[in-house]
Amino acid sequence: MRFAVIVFPGSNCDEDMYHAVVDQLGESAQLLPHTATSLAGFDGVLIPGGFSYGDYLRCGAIARFSPIMPAIIDFANQGGLVLGVCNGFQVLTEAGLLPGALHENTSLEFICKDTELKITNPNTRFTSAYTTDTITLPIAHGEGNYYCDPDTLAQMQANGQIVFTYTDNPNGSVADIAGITNAQGNVLGMMPHPERAVEALLGLTDGLGLFESMAQATKTAL
Amino acid sequence: MYLAKIYVTYKPSILDPKGESIKSALHRLAYENVADVTMGKYFELKLTGVDQDDVAAQVKDICDKLLVNVNMETYRFEIEALEAV
Repeated sequence: MRFAVIVFPGSNCDEDMYHAVVDQLGESAQLLPHTATSLAGFDGVLIPGGFSYGDYLRCGAIARFSPIMPAIIDFANQGGLVLGVCNGFQVLTEAGLLPGALHENTSLEFICKDTELKITNPNTRFTSAYTTDTITLPIAHGEGNYYCDPDTLAQMQANGQIVFTYTDNPNGSVADIAGITNAQGNVLGMMPHPERAVEALLGLTDGLGLFESMAQATKTAL
Repeated sequence: MYLAKIYVTYKPSILDPKGESIKSALHRLAYENVADVTMGKYFELKLTGVDQDDVAAQVKDICDKLLVNVNMETYRFEIEALEAV
């Protein structure tokens, strides 16, 4: 499987994403600058965390109009797997590929710690490789407070789009939401960082299952 | 030339953590009668154009497309004609 890791000005988890899928998972990947306009030859897109465009205006709001974004939107609409983590999640909501929005944590603090997550939908292309229903991943964000209106929430619950919830809600997110997919299930956005939890040496390995699930889903589809 | 003044705030249904924090600071300063604080964003855009209605339509597009996240924010704007220099 060949992943594209999108690099915006201000992305800072791009190398971690690359390391996770290449060095830990043994798949292939390429860092792709935001100025690229094609995703030809890629089977999956990883939008990393960071502070794209300095988080000016709103997190993800300016990255959403980068030259690469039309290609990402096409790729997603054709059923390609897209993962956005942290700032990547914010970019996906701003782009309209995922419902809702992310704003300031209720505490107004930047929170950086390991958090326990429930896998609320194990039957997705991002979670199928997990054999457990709780995992621990680090979060590191100031604006991870997920909001959507009650109708959208009900729709997502009915469709199984809520994939990860916090056991102990750190940021005020509606319904403890940590990660959601689109209705088609091929685009996932999440605030916790799976790419920072891929090797025992660094303390956590629960993120690997997510990338394994994506790789399995892609190979099954090919 | 026109000047657009754009005011953006969270929708009332969204808890505004910054507004809440400012409110509690004001209460600590003994302004106990401050019942609510909303903190938002303010933009000024200068636009060339002949027809004020056209400029207004353009400003609305600009808000919907970039300046405002309509999922969580709401906005209003005013447009003034500027004297030619």
